[in-house]
Amino acid sequence: MRRRLDMQLDELNELLTHMGELCQVAINKATKALKNGDVSQAKKVQKADMKIDQIEKDIESLCMKMLLEQQPVARDLRQVSAALKMITDMERIGDQTSDIAEIVISENITESMELVELTQMAEAAGKMVKDSVRAYVNQDLSLTRKVIEADDEVDRMFVENKKELVEYIAKDKGKHGERAMDLIMVAKYLERIGDHATNIAEWVEYSITGIRIEGN
Amino acid sequence: MKIEVKDMNLYYGDFHALKDINIGIEEKKITAFIGPSGCGKSTLLKSINRMNDLVENCRIKGDIFLDGENIYKDLDVNLLRKRVGMVFQKPNPFPMSIYDNVAYGPRTHGIKSKAMLDDIVEKSLRDAAIWEDTKDRLKKSALGMSGGQQQRLCIARALAVQPEVLLMDEPTSALDPISTTKIEDLAMELKKDYTIVMVTHNMQQALRISDNTAFFLLGEIVEYNDTEKLFSIPSDQRTEDYITGRFG
Repeated sequence: MRRRLDMQLDELNELLTHMGELCQVAINKATKALKNGDVSQAKKVQKADMKIDQIEKDIESLCMKMLLEQQPVARDLRQVSAALKMITDMERIGDQTSDIAEIVISENITESMELVELTQMAEAAGKMVKDSVRAYVNQDLSLTRKVIEADDEVDRMFVENKKELVEYIAKDKGKHGERAMDLIMVAKYLERIGDHATNIAEWVEYSITGIRIEGN
Repeated sequence: MKIEVKDMNLYYGDFHALKDINIGIEEKKITAFIGPSGCGKSTLLKSINRMNDLVENCRIKGDIFLDGENIYKDLDVNLLRKRVGMVFQKPNPFPMSIYDNVAYGPRTHGIKSKAMLDDIVEKSLRDAAIWEDTKDRLKKSALGMSGGQQQRLCIARALAVQPEVLLMDEPTSALDPISTTKIEDLAMELKKDYTIVMVTHNMQQALRISDNTAFFLLGEIVEYNDTEKLFSIPSDQRTEDYITGRFG
């Protein structure tokens, strides 16, 4: 029994890592698409989101199967239940990258733009996602702490972005207002991705310690 | 605490079966004893109504208190067993009618009135959730009943002397899932009036019905805690390893 459970837990870890990687790639691609106004790249992000949705379903059914067959307790149960919660956050991350891609596609922007802050924000959020999943796989409490702390930085970047965009609108006398609005949406999506990564990290902490901390 | 075990050590000859046991059993709660075979959980259970007195070469040090009274010093063993009933792993009805099985205890304690015995038999069978199955066949042999029914009859028989504590030694391990559910429901119902201590190898069962759980290993209580806590965040690594199937 135990051997089968261990095999299933390994499989679960692999799938979660894979899902985390897909999220991270989707974030990178979405930001690049936005930066370069690259519609074909944006479409790829949407495809990646479909993949993320599929892997969510796979993980869900694996977890259900483990609950049914193994009736796990203690750390095993926490790992399975944390996984079930984590994939909901990862799925939302996928949706948000897809939303960013949608903005690129619908605007049909072809010229590239200097989006230093947004790119940095995307990098920071992507790293949070990557680290949170790595923390799960390695059961690493210090890494979850780092993720949770990193969220403050992403939040700060969002506020900065907002300020800049307000200035941008004012300077242009609203000529690029719609564009600015889209960009603020993108920044908000990235900020939310940071929140989801924080949730993931909090669930990882729960799976390790059994204590659920109140976050966000 | 309904029952308190203090510094108890038990030996079967040279074998040290229980080591420095200290545990308090809460009143009107279900307490589960879990652990691998041979870890001492049944031994402790049996000690609570002095069943080990009959075992040759058995030596007991330390004390067990029932409502503050020392069961080895202050209480007559027959009186103790009236207050602390026992239900065994395999249903063991006496080879007599259903009625006589239940009336056996009260009769032993001197009740002769037919009306009174009728009342006790009905109430006990009702409390054991088996009245509906038996009311039309009270005079029939108990041995003709199914295993699950026999076990509930044994519970009724235990209840007939109005005990305060019910000890159950793997009461469902010989039963099918439906009978098991019935016994579990019954235990939940009975804890309103009785203190229940149950040895079980079925961890899901301990989780489903017990309030507190003690994990035994090699004659020691490794961990004793609120059941939900013990199964979700065990504080001892050995508990975690056992309940997650890493050994045992």
